[in-house]
Amino acid sequence: MRTGYLIRRLGTAILVLIGVVLVTFIMLHVIAPSPGRAALGLRATPEQVAAYNLANGYDRPLIVQFFSYLGQVVHGNLGWSYSLNQSVVSLLKEKAPLSAFLSGASTVLAILIAIPLGIYQAVKRNSVGDNVATAVAFTLYSMPVFLLGLILIDIFALSLGWVNANVGQDQSLSGALAHFTDLILPIVSLTAVAVASYSRYQRSAALDVMAQDYIKVARAKGLAERLVLTRHLVRNSALPMITLIGLSIPILLAGNLLIEGVFNINGLGLLFFKSLGSEDYNVLIGYTLVGAVLTVLGNLVADIALTAADPRIRLV
Amino acid sequence: MTTIDSLAPTTPDSTPDGGEVGKVQSGWRLALREFASSKLAVAGFVVLILLILFCFVGPVFYHSDQLNSNLLLTDLPPGQGNPLGTDGNGFDVLGRLMKGGQTSLEIGLFAALIATVIGTLWGAIAGLAGGIVDAAMMRVVDVLLSIPFLFVVLIVSVRFSSNVTSLSIILGVFSWLIPARLVRGEVLTLRVRDFVSAARVMGATRSRLITRHLIPNALGTVIVNITFQVADAILALSALGFLGFGVQYPGTDWGDQLYDGAGNLNNGYWWLIYPVGILLILTVMACNLIGDALRDALDVRLRRR
Repeated sequence: MRTGYLIRRLGTAILVLIGVVLVTFIMLHVIAPSPGRAALGLRATPEQVAAYNLANGYDRPLIVQFFSYLGQVVHGNLGWSYSLNQSVVSLLKEKAPLSAFLSGASTVLAILIAIPLGIYQAVKRNSVGDNVATAVAFTLYSMPVFLLGLILIDIFALSLGWVNANVGQDQSLSGALAHFTDLILPIVSLTAVAVASYSRYQRSAALDVMAQDYIKVARAKGLAERLVLTRHLVRNSALPMITLIGLSIPILLAGNLLIEGVFNINGLGLLFFKSLGSEDYNVLIGYTLVGAVLTVLGNLVADIALTAADPRIRLV
Repeated sequence: MTTIDSLAPTTPDSTPDGGEVGKVQSGWRLALREFASSKLAVAGFVVLILLILFCFVGPVFYHSDQLNSNLLLTDLPPGQGNPLGTDGNGFDVLGRLMKGGQTSLEIGLFAALIATVIGTLWGAIAGLAGGIVDAAMMRVVDVLLSIPFLFVVLIVSVRFSSNVTSLSIILGVFSWLIPARLVRGEVLTLRVRDFVSAARVMGATRSRLITRHLIPNALGTVIVNITFQVADAILALSALGFLGFGVQYPGTDWGDQLYDGAGNLNNGYWWLIYPVGILLILTVMACNLIGDALRDALDVRLRRR
């Protein structure tokens, strides 16, 4: 039963991945129909552009082009950035560590804060603490992450002068970590917004679990409240968070884009933002494809992890 | 705690006599009463009405030139004649907030409606068709849901001129996936219900089943989702505006104004950030509050009667 489920899940993931490549292929063709124009610039004559497109196979039937694109993607080739004169993959590899660190650190912090907070709120529901936490979470949840970043800069960097408003332009992770204090505000912004949404889910998940019969049974048989919480409530209510984290990868990438824009951090988000300005569609769509693949894989890993952790799912 | 009393069969004297039948209210009316009893929901509703009045009726009473920039009066702090100061182009900020609010609210609503119409139809058709059609349609949703929304919207908006119509369409066309999933889920549970089977047995066509039975009954879920869609669209538009892909000059939206403010943060021009930030948060929060309360009000299981 369980392997059957995993195989089916894997099959869906592969199907979705092919669909994702198809969508990015269509986007490339609708938005940047003439790669020759992008490669040769505005001064090239139409004949030169046509010759380039012919030489590189951009005049073949779309279906043939799709399979050659799919082949390239499978081999890790996302095309060439004509504005930065570098392959898209090497660009992404260069910028990835810093962005991965920002997103990773803020997600881990957010989970570490949101799970205990949500459970506390559920256990002490309608108390002053719960209401304050709900109000703060609701405000942060209704706020774009870049606005939070701006407010934090205004308060902590400009008014109080505790940290710099801009992060050094080191694109390597080690270089950026040398000025770690500069990364505090971006990480705090990303964490706060993530905690706001995670803790809402955790609170309602914990409330659902608390209404279950096995909690009543545990209490009725005289189990210490501490053990009811740790053995029954935390385990059962925190597990679904795995799926939520898998699902939140697109939001994570979007937050990363906006925060790197606000703090001028030289990572993937800033690369995407600059490529919007230079209309470098190979970079834009290459990064979008990578983001989509990460999302599919994240969901797959989350589902598999949940299957491994939660025996109830094996029956499905 | 469930008490023994509530589990006991109802005693004969608790059944209403004929005269009370007229008091039974429709589900919508009960939901409305439930909604009105939530203080936060009413607060959200009032705030949203005030914001709409501020943006759309405000300019009737508060006149400011939002078409001709005045480079002699740039970045003035709040004071005489400009209650909230002026921005980098010499526009009055209070008037600018109203103008930006109009576009932000319009785009938020239009995008939500577009997304809801597409999503409702897609979900209803998939749920009703079932089998391979359903599977194929839902894989399409899975695929599009995997592609980061903000990325796609940004890439597309580079190519198209940015006005209210184009931004509404861009945001709407890429955000119908969640309503599609919700409606499909509703339809899957509704289609096996007796009244749908009865209609089918009576010879109702497929389009009649969808429009007369499935969509009206899934409407609660759809309406709740519209409020969240509006909130999300306004947030997404603010991100587009902030990155420079919002409504084009001399038009404006709140994100575009935040972008101006961000560039002047170092100069201490707080009036370019905080007023617009507060309006944005209030709007999104009001939509979310209304959505939460509507969801609770329409959820029969949560209803206290």
